[in-house]
Amino acid sequence: MIHSLFLINSSGDIFLEKHWKSVVSRSVCDYFFEAQERATEAENVPPVIPTPHHYLLSVYRHKIFFVAVIQTEVPPLFVIEFLHRVVDTFQDYFGVTNVGDQLPTGQLSVVPWRRTGVKYTNNEAYFDVIEEIDAIIDKSGSTVTAEIQGVIDACVKLTGMPDLTLSFMNPRLLDDVSFHPCVRFKRWESERILSFIPPDGNFRLLSYHVSAQNLVAIPVYVKHSISFRDSSSLGRFEITVGPKQTMGKAIEGVTVASQMPRGVLNMSLTPSQGTHTFDPVTKMLSWDVGKINPQKLPSLKGTMSLQAGASKPDENPTINLQFKIQQLAISGLKVNRLDMYGEKYKPFKGIKYMTKAGRFQVRT
Amino acid sequence: MSSNSFAYNEQSAGGEATELGQEATSTISPSGAFGLFSSDLKKNEDLKQMLESNKDSAKLDAMKRIVGMIAKGKNASELFPAVVKNVASKNIEIKKLVYVYLVRYAEEQQDLALLSISTFQRALKDPNQLIRASALRVLSSIRVPIIVPIMMLAIKEASADLSPYVRKNAAHAIQKLYSLDPDQKEMLIEVIEKLLKDKSTLVAGSVVMAFEEVCPDRIDLIHKNYRKLCNLLVDVEEWGQVVIIHMLTRYARTQFVSPWKEGDGLEDNEKNFYESDDEQKEKADKRKAYAMDPDHRLLIRNTKPLLQSRNAAVVMAVAQLYWHIAPKSETGVISKSLVRLLRSNREVQYIVLQNIATMSIQRKGMFEPYLKSFYVRSTDPTMIKTLKLEILTNLANEANISTLLREFQTYVKSQDKQFAAATIQTIGRCATNISEVTDTCLNGLVCLLSNRDEIVVAESVVVIKKLLQMQPAQHGEIIKHMAKLLDSITVPVARASILWLIGENCERVPKIAPDVLRKTAKSFTSEDDLVKLQILNLGAKLYLTNSKQTKLLTQYILNLGKYDQNYDIRDRTRFIRQLIVPNEKSGALSKYAKKIFLAQKPAPLLESPFKDRDHFQLGTLSHTLNTKATGYLELSNWPEVAPDPSVRNVEVIELAKEWTPAGKAKKENSVKKFYSESEEEEDSSDSSSDSESGSGSESGELGESGEERDSSEDSSEDSSSGQDSESESESGVQSKRAAKKNSKPKGKSGCEDGEKENEKSKTSESSNAESSSIEESSSDSESESDSESEAESRRVAKEKEKKTKQDRNPLTKDVSLLDLDDFNPVSTPVALPTPVLSPSLTADLEGLNLSTSSSVISVSTPVFVPMKSHVLLHRMSGKGLAASYYFPRQPCIFGDKMVSVQITLNNTTDQKIENIHIGEKKLPMGMQMHVFNPVDSLEPEGSITVSMGIDFCDSTQTASFQLCTKDDCFSVSIQPPVGELLLPVAMSEKDFKKEQGMLTGMNETSAIIVAAPQNFTPSVILQKVVNVANVGAVPSGQDNIQRFAAKTVHSGSLMLVTVELKEGSTAQLIINTEKTVIGSVLLRELKPVLSQG
Repeated sequence: MIHSLFLINSSGDIFLEKHWKSVVSRSVCDYFFEAQERATEAENVPPVIPTPHHYLLSVYRHKIFFVAVIQTEVPPLFVIEFLHRVVDTFQDYFGVTNVGDQLPTGQLSVVPWRRTGVKYTNNEAYFDVIEEIDAIIDKSGSTVTAEIQGVIDACVKLTGMPDLTLSFMNPRLLDDVSFHPCVRFKRWESERILSFIPPDGNFRLLSYHVSAQNLVAIPVYVKHSISFRDSSSLGRFEITVGPKQTMGKAIEGVTVASQMPRGVLNMSLTPSQGTHTFDPVTKMLSWDVGKINPQKLPSLKGTMSLQAGASKPDENPTINLQFKIQQLAISGLKVNRLDMYGEKYKPFKGIKYMTKAGRFQVRT
Repeated sequence: MSSNSFAYNEQSAGGEATELGQEATSTISPSGAFGLFSSDLKKNEDLKQMLESNKDSAKLDAMKRIVGMIAKGKNASELFPAVVKNVASKNIEIKKLVYVYLVRYAEEQQDLALLSISTFQRALKDPNQLIRASALRVLSSIRVPIIVPIMMLAIKEASADLSPYVRKNAAHAIQKLYSLDPDQKEMLIEVIEKLLKDKSTLVAGSVVMAFEEVCPDRIDLIHKNYRKLCNLLVDVEEWGQVVIIHMLTRYARTQFVSPWKEGDGLEDNEKNFYESDDEQKEKADKRKAYAMDPDHRLLIRNTKPLLQSRNAAVVMAVAQLYWHIAPKSETGVISKSLVRLLRSNREVQYIVLQNIATMSIQRKGMFEPYLKSFYVRSTDPTMIKTLKLEILTNLANEANISTLLREFQTYVKSQDKQFAAATIQTIGRCATNISEVTDTCLNGLVCLLSNRDEIVVAESVVVIKKLLQMQPAQHGEIIKHMAKLLDSITVPVARASILWLIGENCERVPKIAPDVLRKTAKSFTSEDDLVKLQILNLGAKLYLTNSKQTKLLTQYILNLGKYDQNYDIRDRTRFIRQLIVPNEKSGALSKYAKKIFLAQKPAPLLESPFKDRDHFQLGTLSHTLNTKATGYLELSNWPEVAPDPSVRNVEVIELAKEWTPAGKAKKENSVKKFYSESEEEEDSSDSSSDSESGSGSESGELGESGEERDSSEDSSEDSSSGQDSESESESGVQSKRAAKKNSKPKGKSGCEDGEKENEKSKTSESSNAESSSIEESSSDSESESDSESEAESRRVAKEKEKKTKQDRNPLTKDVSLLDLDDFNPVSTPVALPTPVLSPSLTADLEGLNLSTSSSVISVSTPVFVPMKSHVLLHRMSGKGLAASYYFPRQPCIFGDKMVSVQITLNNTTDQKIENIHIGEKKLPMGMQMHVFNPVDSLEPEGSITVSMGIDFCDSTQTASFQLCTKDDCFSVSIQPPVGELLLPVAMSEKDFKKEQGMLTGMNETSAIIVAAPQNFTPSVILQKVVNVANVGAVPSGQDNIQRFAAKTVHSGSLMLVTVELKEGSTAQLIINTEKTVIGSVLLRELKPVLSQG
């Protein structure tokens, strides 16, 4: 399937290569560089590039291109998914220390995703229910589209071969789910209970989607007034961020980012809180707001200086929002209980909820 | 990633030297190339010294650095001799790295590489399976043609290895050997054929991969393994799943007839509406006649859960399978999963969107509900944006177009101009596709003409031109407007489009056209070539229609064109002049000049670029590229007539199924895997299309074709059966197999055309006899007895002498296939309505455990789980609530000493039954019960299976309790058959004898049994014994003695059963146990069962 793999860094150096069959010369990457040049931006490099004798399938992560060389027909997602797993593994391996001291051990276990003989002095299982709101809000503040994507990430450090079940108060909320292979699918089908022997350590137990039928509560609003005037070389800019449906929880970690039109030369803005930057080259405005105080809403206002003589941009910039709300799963999903079978000890169990902005855009 | 900077520094340090070295590898001696760069030379010297050292740590360091060099693409080939010496190193870490090195350089240094071969050959015999596997991996990766025969031999041997992991590696090696030497094909196919029969989920994916690479056309090799692959699929690792699903898609398209109704693909039914009644009828008949092959259904059903996979490739594979082989009405389920993938990385999005684009052309309906998921975000990369736009266009219809157009308005304003231009194209396409909005779109586009951005305006002009071409008569105003634009617009394509448009419609705008020509004549020299050509065209057209006003102008332009720098323009000028300006030389053509220039031109078709991609199989590389990739396998069209479906029947003896009590034989236990414990139950209750679980299986009549068919079906689906047959043949019983072979076609023929009538009559006798014995045995198993109990904790050891098991214990290895869950001592999932013989992961991986612990007694999995369920509460006495229970023979999760009991609750009323729970318990002393969690509500016709545990204290006393609903309480009781108070134990023959020796005297009971000889074949005895009691088979060295071992659930006392065949149709049954009461009860129960014929 995959013939060779090349890793290319942001400056275009092939810094790692691996060949599974015969050795393919690095010159094959020239086709990739050509495509990269054409694409101008890294994320526009086509993931599949045909060359006369090979096909180059690549993924781009951490500013590195992982380029797989293929010779024959193969499902492209097979390769792409595999490359992403490779990256995940690298991340795991290089994440803790710079280079692992130990060579990876090939270990075969009865349960393929869990090694045998796991031992901990403190047995603990933590589950994070993290929901992300993907939304597009239009000029007038109404929702064009909004959906909730959630995951349950787990950190399980339990001795032996524990068998866990996790049940929800309201499993019906989950519209579409995908599981870690450890989850017994049929048990979910029949009882809506997650039953599994967990892998050791960190893993993603479940990803889910909350159906669009359930109205999605939008926890923040953005009031904006951005105007360019034809005659003047100055534009006015003002945005205010405020809480909407937060179930009484605080909105934290708010950041606002916006790609300003090319005609904007500079901005002189004053935030009521937080810090902001404007990069005159990339025209990227970002404002690190922090926590929203409902009594005193954060705002950012000031003027934009526009290119003299140029006509006013006919579009207003889109505002991308990031935020976090602790202790809240916006869909209302609640874990009912977590039980452990198969081992005698009493583990420490913890569940955490969090809501974040996913791809949250406000059109202006 | 921190590795990045690290690696980069390293490389720049070594710099150019390595580059040179790289190029020099094959021709110049590497040391020569490096000689100039003393630093590098030194470095390698230093590595050599480290490799020579006595210390493993130094060697390991050196190897790490060398492997690092290889990864960075530096040449490390000159170190070959120094490295290869270490191939026999005792240190496994060093060994691994040497392997990595060898795989990279062996091809370049073949002679030296040969030195290492003997090491691998030795390693291939290593007792450690990991070493065997990696030796095979390296051996097959060394691309040295001279060792092809050695590789071939190694692959053959490894394919018969006891470890599934090694067999998996054998499958991988096949592909490598094939790429090295395609002449080995025939021999390799033999190995593939053998490995395809493998029951291990570990091997399945890899061997199918080898199949796809080496002999994808040998579809005949798949037949016999088809059902097994379908059933194993859920348990195969994810990469294997992708390969198998793609292969099975192709297979299905050659073996089954089309499930698609005619006209099914069309979105509207207009076509049918106009057809004559006769035709309709004919079609209806045809439709009726279609019945999906059960095997076809099996594949569709078994792949469905994989839509929930976390692996995008698996989801896509299932999606394309549904697209290509499922009935159109069922394809809808894939949409949601595909849309889910859009949350993934941009690369995944890219591929998935491409596939959705193709699908959405043919079947709008599938993705319409997800319209908003394709809305574009300003942060999407351009390639994703354009794909989304493509899909939105395909999904546009009368109902949603107004919403979409509003959305498009936002896109047109996007700062990404390339995307804005694509949106305008899209609007044009919507305008042509949906006639209701043509005018709206056109007006919108005209508004865009006053946009500030030139690219937007230009694109609008081009699109408007195309639109106007379709209905030019009505749009004089727009053309005038566009003529004005000519003053301001500079984009050549747009200018050219406007000129062309005016030329075409010059008679409709008689005043403007000549003026436009005048203006452009002025600017001719500074125009783009594209525009110049159109100016010439405009001139020609005006000359022909309005020569009075434009004659001179045109001639002026033609003169300019004559001396233009561009060859094409000079050429066109000459051509036009000859054609339109009459002179003596101009030929006959000039008469027709007007017709030539002003002919009606067909309107361009605005089509999706994905229109013609559907002839490629979805999800393939070829589909993504829209060209046939090397090695692309065409998806064949459905055959008109299905090839013989019986080729998929597997002729093996099904041990468990055939003698399951007939009335209770449910289809359910045929499919079993980690994920699917309760699948069949649901299926049989809610889907009538499951032709497999035909009514015969529930009717309870013996000898019925339905029943027979059912069992034969199961035997082939149930992969454990294959292993059963192995064990049987090993114990040398052939006669039985022969009989069964015959009964198989008979079962089939019952449901088909009865073409095999002869065989049927021949074998009906034997099968009938058999089935009657079944019935009795099952009813006997209910007989009662009492016994005492004592407490002693049950210890479950999960590890076992693997060696013994594999080498000498075919029964435990092959027959007692573990469900993953049971292998972990107390971790059975709660609600398993159908725990069954399962070829599960655990069985495969069992052999992988490297542990050497050797406890004598360990609980194994049940050899067989009878599906017999007992009535707990009849629906008449339960006011519509019916309950039945059975013993899944799993270790109970609620407590070590409990027997697990599965209770299936059925609501036969037409109202919800709420709060089903267990009320008051009346248990004899010492007995304990773990009740199931209350069931909140049970829908009408609903059914739910719950599990509970009862500690019977090793006695057959009745556990009485109340089953309550919200309104009522019903007294019910469970009395366990003695055989269910046991858990099977795996032990060797030696251990068995040792334990037996300690349980003699009063601990031993025995009886003599008399029966016909055919009842004393090992398999029949095994069947009978395991049906009555949950015991494990002990491998026997003697043909005439069979041994079974178990222990009691509560006290963990051993229960040893021996059946020894004697002369003249008699056999001695011996039971050794310290639980003498249970022992004698068991003896009483076994005796009649064994003596029955």
